[in-house]
Amino acid sequence: MSKVKLPYLLLLPGFLFLFTFFILPIANLAQTSTQTPIADGDTGQYEQTLRFSNYLDAFTENQEQFARSFVFALCATVLALAISYPLAYAIAFKAGKLKNFLLVLVVAPFFVSFLLRTVAWKQILGEEGFIVPSLRTFGIISESTTLTSTSFAVIMGMTYNFLPFMTLPLYASLERIDPRTMEASGDLYANGITTFRKVTLPLSMPGVVAGTLLTFIPAAGDYVNAAILGSPNTRMIGNVIESRYFKIVDYPTAAALSFTLMVAILILVTLYIRKAGTEELV
Amino acid sequence: MSAHVKQKDASIPTIPIKARLSRWFGRNLIRIYAVFGFTYLFIPVAYTFAFSFNDSGKSNLVWKGFTFDNWKNPCGAPEVCTALGNSIKIGLLATIFSTILGTMIAFAIGRYAFKGRSSSNLLIFLPMATPEIVLGASLLSLFLVFQINPGFWPTVIAHVMFCISFVVVTVKARIASLDPRLEQAAMDLYANELETFRKVTLPLVAPGIAGAALLAFSLSFDDFIITNFNSGTLKTFPEFVYTSAARGIPAQANVIGSAMFFLALIIVIAGQFVGKRVKVAK
Repeated sequence: MSKVKLPYLLLLPGFLFLFTFFILPIANLAQTSTQTPIADGDTGQYEQTLRFSNYLDAFTENQEQFARSFVFALCATVLALAISYPLAYAIAFKAGKLKNFLLVLVVAPFFVSFLLRTVAWKQILGEEGFIVPSLRTFGIISESTTLTSTSFAVIMGMTYNFLPFMTLPLYASLERIDPRTMEASGDLYANGITTFRKVTLPLSMPGVVAGTLLTFIPAAGDYVNAAILGSPNTRMIGNVIESRYFKIVDYPTAAALSFTLMVAILILVTLYIRKAGTEELV
Repeated sequence: MSAHVKQKDASIPTIPIKARLSRWFGRNLIRIYAVFGFTYLFIPVAYTFAFSFNDSGKSNLVWKGFTFDNWKNPCGAPEVCTALGNSIKIGLLATIFSTILGTMIAFAIGRYAFKGRSSSNLLIFLPMATPEIVLGASLLSLFLVFQINPGFWPTVIAHVMFCISFVVVTVKARIASLDPRLEQAAMDLYANELETFRKVTLPLVAPGIAGAALLAFSLSFDDFIITNFNSGTLKTFPEFVYTSAARGIPAQANVIGSAMFFLALIIVIAGQFVGKRVKVAK
């Protein structure tokens, strides 16, 4: 076996697999997206007519859900960053011997099934949970206000469910920072805030970029949180794609929506990585 | 002289209070914040655990009394254990295949410089940057084109597909952190390439592979979106929770969720303990 061929041989089985079950399906998805129903065919039967206006129809019909998906995903990402950064910072620099234990604690909740946790939130935030009655007692929310079936609940659920994807990369990049760089900044008369702004934050940027991407991408395509914690008024693009597939059997529209979502995310990700200037991800 | 000292003494209480206050904030604000963060993380876990002891009958929505019955009879509710069994089988198969394929790719990319290396990295990154709903929907369309009915094996294939990238990234990170001098030393001691790989490289990379396998299993076990598209009538544990969410989930599901939580906690802590002992032994 020659040395030049070895890496290709190692790649071959895995890439063959990814080609068949990732590239080919995406190509097929693109192909489905321009089909139209067969005249007098059964439901679910389509033929290729290269109807590109499927995209325009699908987009104009679901603009609202598209916009909501990106706004919700953005809110969840910002909230997750706000919660995770101090948490990751505390674990990396303030935890001492408890470091590894706390890191396990961050991941541990995620071994309770994703669905169970989301349903648990629904019940905690629901009428019989302990939060709504106590907020009412203190007069923070009115008698008629509910927490479930709101945008708040959906965003909160997404923030919660994707939190480790934010915390772990942040921790990884914070942990790599040499504490002496911060001491040096202090020795040069920078106060805590300046040290953070000029030393710690820039050094942790790869973690911020990785974490925000790993949160934003699944959040934008998610439909589970919206289905369990939301209402028909908080439907996201994921919910539309899911119902187009399973309830309406409208494969071309579902494919056009999926493809649009994927391309939109890829464009956003590329712009973001360029702007944030990190190549560590790829 | 003494007056000077006195003046300095008098000024001590004013400046240090401010300094002490800011230092206190610097030191403790983040700890207080971390406590809140962990509380947020553990609310739904505590809820799920508490309600696994609920004497609930069929719908586990309201607290009705304490009982051990659900823990004594975790398969008491219909379908729970069938769904759990499906998830475990799919998880194990997906873990085995994705770990093998992903580790091979990781070695190729992490160890060799070859033409097409950066596009290989891109191919690994793409499935992670694609929303789950697009992966699930596109794979389903492909299966439908080839008239393969969704079910057990299509689900396994789907899981292997999305786990591979995570395995590659994890193992690659471990390979990158290896000290190349260890392998050079083995070669200097007349080990041939295969022996060096078997006796030096592989044992050093093994913890990374184990971590990747654990990650793959938990990703597969917890997946809902991709599974929902490709499982057909087969029900995994997350699908079981989703479909029974409307009527109320049986307490047995909480038992299984809680048991998984403690099991994972034990495995991770034991893993760290073993890791420490290996380090000490060296």
